[in-house]
Formats: sequence, structure tokens, C-alpha cells
Amino acid sequence: MRRLRILSKLAWRNLWRNHRRTAIMLGAISVGVWAMIFMTALTQGMVTEMIRDGISALPGHVQVHHPDYRDDPSITNLIPMTDTEIAATFGPAGFSAWSSRIKVPAVITSERDSRGVTLLGIDPVRERDMIFVDYDEVEGRFLESVDDRGVVIGHKLADTLDTEVGKRIVLMSQDPDNDIADRGFRVVGLFHANVEAFEETYVFAGKKTLQNMLRVGDRVTEVVVLGEDYRNVEDEYAAVLALVDGGVEVRRWTELDTYLGTMLKVMDGFVLVWVIVIFLALSFGLVNTLVMAVFERVREIGLMLALGMKPGDILGQILIESMLLLVIGLGIGNLLAWLTIKPLEGGIDLSIVAEGMEMFGAASVLYPQLRLEDVVLANVVVLILGFLASLSPAWRASRYEPIEAITKVD
Amino acid sequence: MNLVLRLAWRNLWRQPRRTWLTTGAMVFSNVLLIFMISLQFGMYRLMIDNSLQAFTGHMQVQAPGYIDDQKIRQTVPNVRQLAAALRQELGSETIAARASTFVLASSEERTYGIAVYGIEPQFEPQVSSIPGLITAGRFLDADDAAEIVIGSVLARNLRVSVGDELTLLGSGKDGSFAAAVVTVAGIFESGVPDIDRSVAELPLGLFQDVFYMEGSGHQVVVNAPRLSEADTLQSEVEALLPPGQDLVVQDWDALQPGLKQAIQADMSSAFFMYGILVILVAFSVLNTQLMSVLERTREFGIVMALGLTPGRLGRLVLLETAMMGLMGVALGALLGGALTWWLGVHGFSYPGMEEMATKFNLPARMYPRVTLTSLLAGPAVVMLFSLLAALYPALRLHRLHPVEAMRAA
Repeated sequence: MRRLRILSKLAWRNLWRNHRRTAIMLGAISVGVWAMIFMTALTQGMVTEMIRDGISALPGHVQVHHPDYRDDPSITNLIPMTDTEIAATFGPAGFSAWSSRIKVPAVITSERDSRGVTLLGIDPVRERDMIFVDYDEVEGRFLESVDDRGVVIGHKLADTLDTEVGKRIVLMSQDPDNDIADRGFRVVGLFHANVEAFEETYVFAGKKTLQNMLRVGDRVTEVVVLGEDYRNVEDEYAAVLALVDGGVEVRRWTELDTYLGTMLKVMDGFVLVWVIVIFLALSFGLVNTLVMAVFERVREIGLMLALGMKPGDILGQILIESMLLLVIGLGIGNLLAWLTIKPLEGGIDLSIVAEGMEMFGAASVLYPQLRLEDVVLANVVVLILGFLASLSPAWRASRYEPIEAITKVD
Repeated sequence: MNLVLRLAWRNLWRQPRRTWLTTGAMVFSNVLLIFMISLQFGMYRLMIDNSLQAFTGHMQVQAPGYIDDQKIRQTVPNVRQLAAALRQELGSETIAARASTFVLASSEERTYGIAVYGIEPQFEPQVSSIPGLITAGRFLDADDAAEIVIGSVLARNLRVSVGDELTLLGSGKDGSFAAAVVTVAGIFESGVPDIDRSVAELPLGLFQDVFYMEGSGHQVVVNAPRLSEADTLQSEVEALLPPGQDLVVQDWDALQPGLKQAIQADMSSAFFMYGILVILVAFSVLNTQLMSVLERTREFGIVMALGLTPGRLGRLVLLETAMMGLMGVALGALLGGALTWWLGVHGFSYPGMEEMATKFNLPARMYPRVTLTSLLAGPAVVMLFSLLAALYPALRLHRLHPVEAMRAA
């Protein structure tokens, strides 16, 4: 223990013998670590937003459909249980949130124009915290019950259709016998979404109203369950599997939107690759610094060996020196990252490239996300790889032959 | 000159390990930059080409406001004649007229809302890749036949194949009810999921009849021989538009605004990463050169006492850096170029890339393409920043006092 203290003291003093070199190296490590964490926070923020938006587009972390529905999202592919049975099955299961819906393609027509949309028949009370629409922000009002006779559409769609709150529109879709099912509705509300495409695509109506219009009785096309944490929905998945029998397909969101699902995986890989790339760029400087530090001190090291210091202590001393350098650099880098990310957490406005971000599936405001596990990952990777990179110069220093080392001339 | 070069070269190899480590940092960044830049710009080109060739074209003549609202009433009058006039004036075949609207399409078993386009069967193949991507049946050939071609996903969803009938319901230009019964002539597969799921094409003549278009349409698609010539062509098209009519030419950036911005967003994050790499290399160079100058304080004191000016000494230090930089560029370009070229020939893929790629109309295997720019741009910047980093140690020499320097420990 005492030896460690002496070695640390020696290492610490050695570090500041050439304060310029140490300062430059600290600068490099700090910038590197800052970049690791900053970039990671930005990408994590972007991915989280993308996934949040993506999940809100197809709300429900675990979804139940008729086996053919995903390939053929038609009203003929209904879940082979009545909605009452579904409520009796899912209600007591203790999910944090769940709901059943009708979701079919439809055409919406105003007196001016028509568009293809995705028509959702929902239970507005149950879905309040599930869908991406903020009920209180809706112009007019949101749906109030399952048999609400109005529809709520996006602002953007209302613009294209030349319609507004209070006006009538017609919705057309098909019923299970492939007869046209249509019905006039009054537009009761207009919603905003942070992804513009949602405002063009989704039309909300009451579930009961749609069941009547589409002549499907007490049946629905999907049941969805929200989990506590979208990153891990295995518990909910298993619970849903246990509730339903054959004849339906149960899918996690990562399987429903493979782009998003892959994104989550690729991003975790990206963080590691990015941290390692930065470290490699840093490692050249780190090894260089250590090699030089040893080189300058050959005679001194020889003297210490001759005076009886063990080679292991020389090795330890240089490793401690390297670790001290890394720890200080990490400290500054982490602090810098924290200082730059905190003020940005309110969101970075990217609206100049909004539509491009939308193409990635992300919203135009980026909220950097400082995740503890990413910071830990960066720090641990730097320390471990830094230790490994320091081994060679340190080992070399401890292997000097005292006599040769002492007599070495520059 | 020769002497200075030789001096610089020898100075470099006084500490071979240090020189190699610093050069190594440069080589590492250069290889990475060459690979990334080749990949990136190859990808952007593909994204643009694939997205525009399928359907959008390089530019379109439209009614003002159509681009935002796409209302059926926002028309281009006498669209067929306009396209013909442009073809003749510009001596180009890659120009075609279209009309479009949304309808409810019903087959025996299924009903879906889709976008239908009225196209000129004779000219459409010159502006869109869809006619060449027919996987069953054939493309449209007669201008007023009651026929339709649809995307493969749509065909599967509607459960129809070639020869089946579809009923189209929608509204005409005047807001009246419009309906038609058409036969599926062909099914195409573009590989772009959005297009395959929701696009159908009718002959323009039939479209104009069914939707009471009175000779009008919604867009004239114009393709330039190359993307780089699109700008010049656009001003030519603008000059040829009939006076007195309210028409605008929308370029591809306006037609697919997501595309350029997606590229910009990707580019800015990529450049941030490149910037960090370059800065780290610069630190490495700064460290090395500062050390090598400090080590030589006594030596520099002597040569200055002998009459060498600090300026010349500074140039020597810069020359050393430049030599190191050149080695970095040469080795980096060699390794990076070879690696990228090899991957460009064989292609590569990583897990998850397929799902990501289809989202941006890209193939599942990537083939980076080495160009002179991608080969030299990154290394040139690395070199530049290395020299900038070496400026501080070089300029520091001006503060050196010969007598004190000679006595330095």
C-alpha cells in the first residue's frame, strides 16, 4: 500500500516535469472524450426521437393482429375475438396501457378534393396517453367517446382538402363483403403532429361509429399493449402471448417496423465504433507521449534500478502515470461534454433540414440525450484500451539493463 | 535547398519511433477519411438517382401551389401540347405530360385509396424507370385504352393480377363524381415501397376523359441528361413557358425536399466526425513538433549563434512536418485507396443495413467508389491542419535567445 503511494507520488510529479507535453496530451484526450460523449448524446437523442415518433405512428409496443393483416391491412382480416372478449382478456392482465382499434385504409373526400388516409377507430378515453395527439392542443375538440359521430384530422390534411372544423367530409372504405362502406362525418377537431406526414395520413374516429359504418359488429383489427420501457418489451410480449391462443399474430414493435428496430441495434453498435475510432486516433499520441517520457528518463530509470527499485515498480509507475493522464483528461472531457450538452437539452432547432430529418423518421427538434451508460462506456473503453496501449512502453522501461541505461548518452 | 531537405529528413529519423507514431496517426485518419468520403458521396449519388429516376424527374412544370396542395383544380392547361412544344424546342425526348388524382380503387375482394397518374404511354418511358420495371403483363400502349398498371404491393393488396378489372371512384376537376372500370395491363416493381404500394398509371387520354380534365393535366416532367445540367435546363424551360399562363418550374429539390436535407443532415454529422479526427491528429503533430523543438533548444541556439535566422529554422520545422504529412498522405492514400477499391469491387454490408438502405432507396450491398476527390480531400485537410499545428512550435523559435538557448538544460 505504501509502495503504491510512493509510486503514485512519483508518477504524479513525473507527469508535470514536462508540463507542455502533458497539457497538449490532456487537450487531445479532453477533446476526444468530449467528442465521444457529445456525438453520442446527439445521436442517442435523434434515435430516441425517431423511435418515439415511430412508435407513436404505430402506437403499441406489442401488437396483436389477424395473421394476414400485416401483409393485407384490410377489414376482412379481423381479430377472431369480439371486442368484449378482448376486454375481458386484456383488462385484468395489468398492462400499463392497452387498447383495441380498427385501423383500415380509406379515402377521405371533401367537396373540393380527396385523399387516401389511414382511418383509425379508437376509444378516445383509453388512448389519451397512447397516441401522438395531445387532446388539449386540438383545434376544436378531440373525440369524446367510442360512439362519437365526428372525425379528427390533421391540419395539413384539412388544408389540402379545403375543409375546417364544423364542415362535413365523406369517408369511404370497404366492408368485409367488399361493398363500399361510406359515411358522412363532421370534422370536429384538427390536430398537430411533430412529424408532418402524420397530419396527412391519420384520421381518427370513434371505434363504435366505425364498427357500424364498416358493418363488422363487435370486432376490431388490432389490439395494442404499451410497455414500461420501449427498449425492452419482452415481459409484455410474453404476457400477451400467454393471453391469446392461435389464430392471431403477436409482434413486438421492433418486428413491425424493421427500420426502427434495426436502428436501435445499429445505434448501440455505432456508439461503440465511434468511441473506439476516437480512441485509436488518441492512442497514437498517448503511446508517443509515454515513449518519449520513458526515453528522456532512461538514465534516471537505470539509476533507480541500480539503487534496487524492482522492475515491477518501474512498470507500475509508468502505468500509473499513463492512467493519471487519462483520468484527468477524462475528467475534463466529461465535464466539457456535460457543460455543452446541458444547455442544449431544451432542444436544438433543426427546422432548416426538417424534411430531411423526417426522411430519417426524426422530428426537427433534436434533444441531445446524455445517457449514463454511454458515458460509462466511453470512460471504460478509454481506460481499458489506454491501459493496454501503455503496457508496451512501460514494459520496455522496466526491462532496461541498469548499467547500460545509466551510461546512455543522448 | 537540397541541404535543408536533407537536414529535415535526417531530423525526422532522430526519433524514428516518434515519427512513425505521428505518421501512424495521420495514416489512420487518412485511411478512415478516404473510405468514409468515398462511401458517403457514392451513397448520396445513388440516393438522388434512385429517387428521381423512378418517377419524380429532375424538374416539373406545374401550376403554382400544386406542389403543396396537389389539388385536382390546380392544373396545367393543354398539358399535352405544352409537353410537345417543349420536346420540340429543346430537342429532347425526356419530357412527358402527366395528370394525377386520388381515387378509391376496388377489385372483386378489396378496396384501397390510391394515387392514379395519367401518363403518355409513348413518352413516359423516357422520364420514369417504372415502364421498364414491369414484372407481369406489359406497360400501357394506347392513349385512351381502359387499362391500368399498378405497383406490385398494391396488386397483392387488391388481390388482382394481369387481366383483372378494377373500379376507380373519385371526383373530377369540377368536383363531380367520376368513375371508371379499367383492366390491369401490367404490374411493376420499383423496389421503392411507397411507390409500389400506392401508385397506379392510366393513359392520359383516359384520365382526361374520366376526370373531366378538358385537355389539362398537372405536371410536365423534364429530365436533364445529367443531374449537373438540370439547372441550365431549368432556365431554358422557364423561358419557353407560354406567356400569360401562370406556371412554375419546380426543381428536384422542391419536388423531393426530404432528399437534399437528408443528405445535408447526414453530411453535417459526418463532417463533425471528420473534424474531430483531424483535430486529434493536429494535437498529435503539435505534441511531436513541440517536443522535437524543445529537445533541440541547445542545438538551435548554436546554429542561431552561427548566423541562421529564426525564420529559416522555423521553415525547417515546417518542412519536417510537411515531410511527415506527405508520408501520411502517401501511405494513407495507398492503404485507404486499396481498401476502398477492394470494397468497391466486392461490395460490403453490415447487419441491419438492408432495412436502413431500402428506406433511402439504396441497394442492400454498398459499393464505395474511389474518385480523385475522395482520395485526396481528406488527406489534404489532414496535411493542412498538421502544418497549422506545427506553426506554433515553428514561430516559437523567434523567441529563442541564442545565448540562453545554448545554456538550456
